[in-house]
Amino acid sequence: MSFVLVQVIVGGLLLGAVYALFSSGLTLVWGMMNIVNFAHGDFVMLGMYVAYVVYTLMGGGPILGAPLATLVLATVGVVVYFALIRDIMKGPMLAQILGTFGLALLLRYSVFWWFGANFLSMPQNIVGGTYGFAGLRIEASRLLAGVVALLVTLGLHLLLTRTSLGSKMLAVAEDQTAAQLMGIRPDAMQAIAWAIAAGATGLAGALIANFFYIVPTVGETLGIVAFVTVSLGGFGSVPGALVAGLLIGVIESLSGYLIGAVYKDIIVYVMFLLFLWFRPQGLMGKT
Amino acid sequence: MRRLIWLSVVAAIAIAYPLLLSSPFQQRLGALVLLYAIAASAWNIVGGYAGQVSVGHVVFFGCGAYAAMGSYAKFGLSPLFGVPGGIVIAVGLAAIIGVPTLRLSGHYFSMATIAVAETMRLIVTNTDWLGAAVGLSGPTVPRNIFDLSFLSSLPYYYLFLVILAVTLFITWWMTNSRMGFYLRAIKDSERAARSLGAPASRTKLYAYMLSAAFTSVAGALYAMMFGFVDPESGLGILISVKILIMAALGGAGLLFGPLVGAAILVPLEEISNSWLGGRGAGLTFVLYGAIIVLIARFQPGGLLSLFTRRRKPTSDTGASHAP
Repeated sequence: MSFVLVQVIVGGLLLGAVYALFSSGLTLVWGMMNIVNFAHGDFVMLGMYVAYVVYTLMGGGPILGAPLATLVLATVGVVVYFALIRDIMKGPMLAQILGTFGLALLLRYSVFWWFGANFLSMPQNIVGGTYGFAGLRIEASRLLAGVVALLVTLGLHLLLTRTSLGSKMLAVAEDQTAAQLMGIRPDAMQAIAWAIAAGATGLAGALIANFFYIVPTVGETLGIVAFVTVSLGGFGSVPGALVAGLLIGVIESLSGYLIGAVYKDIIVYVMFLLFLWFRPQGLMGKT
Repeated sequence: MRRLIWLSVVAAIAIAYPLLLSSPFQQRLGALVLLYAIAASAWNIVGGYAGQVSVGHVVFFGCGAYAAMGSYAKFGLSPLFGVPGGIVIAVGLAAIIGVPTLRLSGHYFSMATIAVAETMRLIVTNTDWLGAAVGLSGPTVPRNIFDLSFLSSLPYYYLFLVILAVTLFITWWMTNSRMGFYLRAIKDSERAARSLGAPASRTKLYAYMLSAAFTSVAGALYAMMFGFVDPESGLGILISVKILIMAALGGAGLLFGPLVGAAILVPLEEISNSWLGGRGAGLTFVLYGAIIVLIARFQPGGLLSLFTRRRKPTSDTGASHAP
């Protein structure tokens, strides 16, 4: 295999880890409350803008921007849960889809109105230069994003499966009434789930802001990527999202390299449709 | 009887409007309201009555718009000749999307519709034969009346009015047919409807295909009125958004809901655009987003459901989905 191809695959894996990170937020909320957040991609977009503002106002890099974006988005998640989700969850399907879809528009065009439609970007070497490693050349910003995203996604999996908080959340997902009888407050658990899910998008946004184009409509593309990842990985499954995210990252960068940059989105969308048609339960989901 | 009186009042207002308020701006506004009302009423068939929220309806709109402009730009024919072709493509596409996804829970259907619309937009943007990013244009100077290219908005107004009436009549007829009863049963509880023998997937598919056909007609009319179509105006996600929000604001699943929604939102957008200029486009969609969120949160049945519920608790126009 040529070095270029390895380079492309490594780049895809690093980006894919970030996809996995924000998609695990979507899958958590979907699996727990059976609600699809159509504003998920726009949460990532908000995270990117938070990192951008941190840089332009305070000159801070990802060390300041990433935690702050996580915190801001986690707060947004909790607010959204109490102001909107808690009520539309009980409503008809139309209300659920309209509610989060309207939220997506609200966020996307508020940012558009405030920052304009121009492509913004962070300075090239905000994280560091480019490293040579066994013949591969990897930008520090991408390496940082990939490694942090991978670790946090794994941490999220451990949080959900190995801690009492995770068990409580699982209990609420299984049966709200039964969980309530065991002394678990569904409301609190679901709010925490939204904080985690939105916080993950904030972190992911801040991480990719260092090398991605920053534009209000980026959330639309990223939102579809999250749908693809979740439907591929099986909804509710963080490990599934991790595998699917890495896979999509690689497929996207390979098709970008082999066929052409404009077709990489088309390939991912078509793959999504094929999966919905032939295997809607996902790669690792139960039938 | 009371309904008949209301209906004739609405019809009389609609017919007299462009004659009473006859400035070009007002006539154009009226025509646009009717055009979006056609598209939103078409969405209503699948989104309101069948309860399947399509977020990518613009793809059918684009089928019609591109077929109409294509028949002129590629074959030198009147855009009218493209209309049947646009309908066929739209209905076929609806079948391809609907057959696999309408079996699944409604979320999957919504996501699939977004993905299909975005895929189509990207493909068309990169296809030179369809004009790529520039799009296709209609006849600049009308050769004869069949080009449906008029300077005044008045002919468009009455054309759209007739087609809206046809759309609404067929929707009304559908709701009172066997299919309408199936749809209502499915929307209340799909499992119960299935167990009683209602062919749920097939009924939803028919509703989706019917909706696609009318949306395609709306797209063709849009392209004829504006004289061109490009990927943004024919396949952009924001057109889907407009269609959806108009139906939802007025009342999804109510016959006149989409018309009410269009009559409120089209003037709102025109006014905000003319006041705020280019910058206003962003603000208009902030407002749209806020409206959708508020409807979803407080009045999922739309504005008209405020009246239907008070008048008749067991209304036959589907107040069942009110909170």
